[in-house]
Amino acid sequence: MTLPDGLIVVAKRECPTCTLVEPLLRQLAQGAEPLTVIVQDDPAFAAGLPGAVFDETLERSFRLGVEFVPTLIRVSGGREVARTHGWHRDDWQQISGLPDLGATLPALRPGCASKTLDPGVAEDLQLRFGNTGLSARTVELGDAEDPIEACFDRGWTDGLPVVPPTPVRVLRMLAGTPRRPDEVIGRVPPDLAPCTVEKVAINAVMAGCKPEYLPLVLAAVEAALVDEFGMHGILCTTMFAGPLVIVNGPMARRVGVNSGVNALGQGHRANASIGRALQLVIRNVGGGRPGEVDRATLGTPGKYTFCFAEAEDSAWEPLHVQRGFARDASTVTLFAGEGVQGVVDQKSRTPESLARTFAACLRAVDHPKLAMAGDAVLVVSPDHGRVFLEAGWSKARLLDELTRLLTGPADALLAGVGGIAEGLPPALAGQQVPKFRPGGLLIVRAGGGAGLFSAIIAGWAASGPVGSIPVTKEITA
Amino acid sequence: MNPSLVLLDPTSERTPVARALALRPPSLQGLAVAVLDISKARGNVFLDRVAELLAAQGVTVNRYRKPTFTRPAPTALAQQIAAENQLVIEGLAD
Repeated sequence: MTLPDGLIVVAKRECPTCTLVEPLLRQLAQGAEPLTVIVQDDPAFAAGLPGAVFDETLERSFRLGVEFVPTLIRVSGGREVARTHGWHRDDWQQISGLPDLGATLPALRPGCASKTLDPGVAEDLQLRFGNTGLSARTVELGDAEDPIEACFDRGWTDGLPVVPPTPVRVLRMLAGTPRRPDEVIGRVPPDLAPCTVEKVAINAVMAGCKPEYLPLVLAAVEAALVDEFGMHGILCTTMFAGPLVIVNGPMARRVGVNSGVNALGQGHRANASIGRALQLVIRNVGGGRPGEVDRATLGTPGKYTFCFAEAEDSAWEPLHVQRGFARDASTVTLFAGEGVQGVVDQKSRTPESLARTFAACLRAVDHPKLAMAGDAVLVVSPDHGRVFLEAGWSKARLLDELTRLLTGPADALLAGVGGIAEGLPPALAGQQVPKFRPGGLLIVRAGGGAGLFSAIIAGWAASGPVGSIPVTKEITA
Repeated sequence: MNPSLVLLDPTSERTPVARALALRPPSLQGLAVAVLDISKARGNVFLDRVAELLAAQGVTVNRYRKPTFTRPAPTALAQQIAAENQLVIEGLAD
């Protein structure tokens, strides 16, 4: 848009300050320089002035980048050289070159928000007149198509309805990050398709995310694409695993990722939609669909979504600190998780007894006669955690104790022993074996304030360098 | 155009936007074919002949009939056809 030389005033009738300055416009129009009055809401405002324009579509206001009304702009040689907003008598007199302009008006009156910033309007204007940076292919639906059914028909959903990813919704989602929409964050298996910030935002919209969740989703996708995590294998395995997202740090509380009552269950938008967005990226961008490359025999409900936060406690080192990040950093830790197995112990009141319970239950991961196969996450509830805290046991001490309790003679676990063909190879006879590989047992604290229960989330039986290693990534933006 | 009816593609855009037709089976051997009469006048004449030709090839043919051509098939009928057959043929016009 070429700017007309002279003065430009942007105003709306609804704004009392604009009404206050309306009588001055005639004086400005009689000055030496041309005056353009851009009116946002009422063609009768400043009617009769030759330079009055009704900006019904708000395109002019949008292109001028107006945030407040009234705004006074001076243009010289097609370039803006001065601008003020609201009524500041000195500014108006200086910019207009009329030293007595509005001499009887108060010195200062703040303006109002421009109509271009009304709720829902900004993204619409951005789409119509701006450079959105969006480059995804558009899909036009038929007049009779229901948008939600259209998403099912195109194979974009996990079996539940998704929020139709309209351009306006995607623009709003992208406001959640300063990153450019066309930034490629990696290649998503199994197709190894390049994934942009925009594609993540589209899938985050579909999953039901709020824009403030987008940095967490981006971090989760980036963590899933780290080679050690082995997302390709997790996707195509016949076993159960799917990516579990554990959130740590202040961001978890800021956006409301649940770490309390029903932390592993339903009912929290952040938990539900962040985990789901990651899965939709793998499905839609990566092409990972069950029955195709995803060959899971049974799968697990966590493959719809699986995300929770650690209930961090000052006395127990949180997971991200254990994994080398600052306590005030926010992180996502991705774990190739299967299902949730409850640990019920309502009688142990000493850490020694409760640790034995945990060890006994952890032996069942994969199979009681297998070792160093799947990793595991032990989710310790506050009630169980208190047993350790009151006895002065740190998380590290509990881990040491579990490692000790879970190391034992291979002979009892060999294939065929106990009348069970499954088991460890005969070559391990006579050796001591740990249940989990070093680093293969993670402990987090989560859950509601009542209940002497904890939970085990078993990992993919191909844990470790051959399959998947948990990956922690800082949430930046 | 109603802007709410434009969506942004969430996929890697490796396949066309237009939905692909279901794959054609390489042969009818061992498949069950539903012949659905939508109750349009004389549709049965055409469908009887189609069924006869298919049966002559040894194809299993199951016959169904919609109560009226003016409405979509009842859900139970659609589900029955889907459960009992791999292919369906219907005659749309008089």
